[in-house]
Amino acid sequence: MIRIEKMHKSYPIGKDSLHVLKGIDLHIKEGEFVSIMGSSGSGKSTLLNIVGLLDIHDEGNYYLNGELIKDMNEKKAAILRNKFLGFVFQSFNLISYKTALENVALPLYYKGINRKERLEIAMDYLDKVGLKQWANHLPNELSGGQKQRVAIARALVTKPKVVLADEPTGALDSTTTDSVMDLLKDINDEGMTVFVITHEEEVAEQTKRIVRLKDGVIISDELTNIGKAV
Amino acid sequence: MNFLFEADTWQEIYGSIRKNKIRTVITIIGVLWGIFLLVVLLGAARGMENGFKKIFGDFATNSVFVWTQATDTPFKGFQKGRTFRLNTRDIEALKSEYSNEIELLAPRNQTNNLIVHDFRSASYQVSGDYPVLDQIQKKSLIYGRFLNENDMSSAAKVTVISEEMYKQLFDKNEIPIGEYIKINSINYKVIGVYGPSSAIDLDGDTAYIPFTTFKKVYNTANNISWMVITAEEGVDIEQLEKDVLLTLKNLHKVHPDDKRAFGSFNLGVQIAKFTGFLTGMQFLTWFVGIATLIAGVFAIGNILLITVKERTKEIGIRRALGATPKNIRQQIILESVFLTTIAGMLGIIFGGFVLFLIDWKFGQGEDATLINPTVNIPIIMIAFATLIVLGTLIGLIPAHMATVVKPIEALREE
Repeated sequence: MIRIEKMHKSYPIGKDSLHVLKGIDLHIKEGEFVSIMGSSGSGKSTLLNIVGLLDIHDEGNYYLNGELIKDMNEKKAAILRNKFLGFVFQSFNLISYKTALENVALPLYYKGINRKERLEIAMDYLDKVGLKQWANHLPNELSGGQKQRVAIARALVTKPKVVLADEPTGALDSTTTDSVMDLLKDINDEGMTVFVITHEEEVAEQTKRIVRLKDGVIISDELTNIGKAV
Repeated sequence: MNFLFEADTWQEIYGSIRKNKIRTVITIIGVLWGIFLLVVLLGAARGMENGFKKIFGDFATNSVFVWTQATDTPFKGFQKGRTFRLNTRDIEALKSEYSNEIELLAPRNQTNNLIVHDFRSASYQVSGDYPVLDQIQKKSLIYGRFLNENDMSSAAKVTVISEEMYKQLFDKNEIPIGEYIKINSINYKVIGVYGPSSAIDLDGDTAYIPFTTFKKVYNTANNISWMVITAEEGVDIEQLEKDVLLTLKNLHKVHPDDKRAFGSFNLGVQIAKFTGFLTGMQFLTWFVGIATLIAGVFAIGNILLITVKERTKEIGIRRALGATPKNIRQQIILESVFLTTIAGMLGIIFGGFVLFLIDWKFGQGEDATLINPTVNIPIIMIAFATLIVLGTLIGLIPAHMATVVKPIEALREE
């Protein structure tokens, strides 16, 4: 599903450049539940951004769903994102003036699905994350956990190949963290590839595979107890 | 252009406009003010023009008044300071010499007399006139008629008086027509009463009697005190004035360069000054209106630019969810156009409403200063279309800014 070969990425900082990813090799198969661990500055967010087509790598190859990602323009990237990828962010990133239902339906709008159908699909997914009765509430009327569940429903609504979650529990307390992780587990059980970035050991342990990053290189890549059990 | 007709497009725009209420209102006010000013100023200028037209309306605006004074240059054996009178021979001479240029010519004789009816009396101006006066200075008659050719040829002792004189001399509800009043102890039959004129009135309250009657009664022989000349359509009134004066100087043996012998007043020239003023005012109106409009549109661009900055995150989210740069651009341009359109429409409506108020407050009655303050529909349409085009163009800048920011930068956690 995701294959990364010898990936390098640097950011220019003034005259110098900051080498963030120093030759990453990573292969994630369909249906995996992977977490990327690392302290801040380890390059994990950069990796997720490149995987999520929000950023471009400098060197190496990146295959998404077997397709080599090269010479991306914004339009192509947008279409691929819409088709293959679902995003879950630490700060939820819901659009504040849209209701939960409309937020979930937004990716379908850019897919060109008509409003009626869109809202029906969105409602199904809201139901799936247990928020059907909150459909017409604005994000600021929801708790953190509820917002993140809305965001997850939004990530799932286009039936993507991969769900990319950037610190999905970073802004949540431990109880809601568990409920969000349970939800991601359920999604994974249904066969979806889930790619989580976190710096919390407890969160990483609930996934099936942990990839540890330090200073732009992978220092370990192993299955968790859950992953071994499968 | 299909996206213009999709409910979803508008749903998105409605959502984002409703969210940013304050900037929406401020933006709208900017443009609204511009087009509002344009409409009101143009309307007021039109109203003022109509007002001027009404003031001059009943009076032939291409008129010259000519009278005699004393000469200031000795000529052909005459001393300077000689006084002389215009006479009916001058009239004939002018009529024949300028038959193509002169439309109407009214010689006039005037004096002041005591006018008596029953036990009431008052002193008024008495004027010996040709019926043609009615064409130069239109009288709005309340009762009866003005002087006519029959009165002239028979030198009838008839008179047309003003409403004010009627009120002074007659009882309330008394019918004045056919009644007799005494002017300078001679009985005249009242044949007409004219109302006050909102237009310029040279005579004030005057009893008009036939020119021929005046000549007999006051023994003026062929003399006339002054005359009014109106020019034919398209004739240069200023040139005509000069020519007529030269002819008259010749007839009366006055030096051609004599500045004082004849007095004259050219109404056409005075009105041309007013018209020039009006044209200048209209130019100013357009200038101010359009400048304000452009300022308003720039304000929209400016505010959209700021909101694009504010909405970087939202735009980033949308792009992460699969919005193409084109989607984003469309939305922002459409917001700009939508806001300008709404603002434009509101401005026109408010402008129209204010013009309506102006008309209601200042445009009614006899002394109205602004009459029918209106703006032509095509002018409004052009202004409106320009506004929409400018709105689109100005929307391009923030739209471009919105797509330049990479989603990754837009989404960066603070």
